[in-house]
Amino acid sequence: MNLHAIRAIYLYEMARTGRTLLQSVVAPVVTTSLYFIVFGAAIGTRIAEIEGVVYGAFIVPGLIMLMLLTQSVSNASFGIFMPRFTGTFYEILSAPVSAFEIVVGYVGAAATKSVILGLIILATAGLFVPLRIAHPGWMLGLLVLTAVTFSLLGFIIGIWAEGFEQLQFVPLLVITPLTFLGGTFYSIDVLPPAWQTVTLFNPVVYLVSAFRWSFYGIADVQVGASLAVTLAFLAAGLAAAWWIFRTGYRLKA
Amino acid sequence: MHPIISISKLSKTYATGQQALRNVDLEIRRGEIFGLLGPNGAGKTTLIGAVCGIVRPSAGSVSVGGHDIVREWRAARTLIGLVPQELTNNAFDSVLGTVRFSRGLFGKPPDPARLQQVLEELSLWERRDSRVMTLSGGMKRRMLIAKALAHDPQVLFLDEPTAGVDVELRQGMWQAVRRLREAGVTIILTTHYIEEAELVADRIGVINHGEIVVVDDKAALMQRLGRKQLTLELQAPLDALPPALAARGLALAAGGRELVYSYDAQAEASGIADLLGELEQTGVGFRDLRTTQSSLEDIFVDLVRQRR
Repeated sequence: MNLHAIRAIYLYEMARTGRTLLQSVVAPVVTTSLYFIVFGAAIGTRIAEIEGVVYGAFIVPGLIMLMLLTQSVSNASFGIFMPRFTGTFYEILSAPVSAFEIVVGYVGAAATKSVILGLIILATAGLFVPLRIAHPGWMLGLLVLTAVTFSLLGFIIGIWAEGFEQLQFVPLLVITPLTFLGGTFYSIDVLPPAWQTVTLFNPVVYLVSAFRWSFYGIADVQVGASLAVTLAFLAAGLAAAWWIFRTGYRLKA
Repeated sequence: MHPIISISKLSKTYATGQQALRNVDLEIRRGEIFGLLGPNGAGKTTLIGAVCGIVRPSAGSVSVGGHDIVREWRAARTLIGLVPQELTNNAFDSVLGTVRFSRGLFGKPPDPARLQQVLEELSLWERRDSRVMTLSGGMKRRMLIAKALAHDPQVLFLDEPTAGVDVELRQGMWQAVRRLREAGVTIILTTHYIEEAELVADRIGVINHGEIVVVDDKAALMQRLGRKQLTLELQAPLDALPPALAARGLALAAGGRELVYSYDAQAEASGIADLLGELEQTGVGFRDLRTTQSSLEDIFVDLVRQRR
């Protein structure tokens, strides 16, 4: 195992965050805080509680999940896309570093950033809405698992993308709509039965549901099912990454 | 001595159907400077890419330091440093940061003193905290060399290292290359400036249409394939060659004011003495003479033309 290489990639990516602090950290925190202010402190007081949780607090897990998913995908995809775009990826390909080590370095850094961001947003939310965390261990575990899974997805997108437009396509046009329709702002119980069934095909529902359960002990779907979906997603991502490096897809001529 | 790089029957056909390498056999000796020459699109960069793990060979095998690049890829790649042709860089990094990254990537523990030494040797230490984007073209090129040297490789590939570098820096770069050779590093360089290969390389290989056309010691190559010419400046211009001289393969040049005699420098008898006697007999006088020898560039151009 080339631990020095993993460390080098990880530190390099973390340093990139340091150079782009406004874009990487401040912007997502401010954006999410606006949701808390509008839906929590302003409109939220006029919306009825959902299963005993005030609306402002109810949407916190979903909003953290929204930011976690989009930032994980963006961070990881940008991290691997830029060396491809600038041509510096030759160095990674020619180095004594395995596919697994490359993935650990890039995905590890992207996931770390997302987790830190998630925790900052959580702390910020506490300033605007009354929060309680019923299962802090599970909350942290789900945060890390989701960050890793979607950073892996971002890594794959970063290798697949041939331009900046494709890079933005998934976070903006796939992840965000799925998250908005995945129970971030409502419980899927409020939907008509037919739409509830349709919604269950949205993988983000499982993530938001489990994460909300870790806060308030309430869930739209069983926690076990959520965990299984997330792990299946992670396994699919790992398989895709393995295939990419085995075949050299978009990496080697 | 075992070669440090052994390439056997290496072929590469791209997905487009373009055959970039055809059954390449090549051995690079430990500690030498090997000049790999070839016209654009000849397969130089593909060959380097295949050895370094960037290009997947279609057939054949390569070993570096006795390690097969497929089965023992980690050990093989640890020995290699690569300076690419393009000035690729992470524009927002610091010089020291990007060199430090390269060292770690190749599995070496942090060693600030060694990195300082590498940057000082390449006159970049003063700019260690500068962003890469603020460096001049020559500095960026040297930074790429510093990145390639950061993990102390035994083999260094320099793909067009002096492209876009001014004369003074170029000379400094070749001095650095010679120092590396003295330190035991094997260097494989490609360059369009053939006079540079002639200046620094110990051996020369010419590749064309994906095939190795010739490999030899530089001196032997120039002696074997080079030609010598004797040019005689005539006292009076000639309209045509006297039949006796024409039979010797002489040619008139400079509007009949010069006679040019090409001969094989390796032959036992150059025929110059006979020629001078013949000139005297035919009454063709000359007031000066000079000899010239083919440069490596002449040989290279001849080899490439022959195989078009």
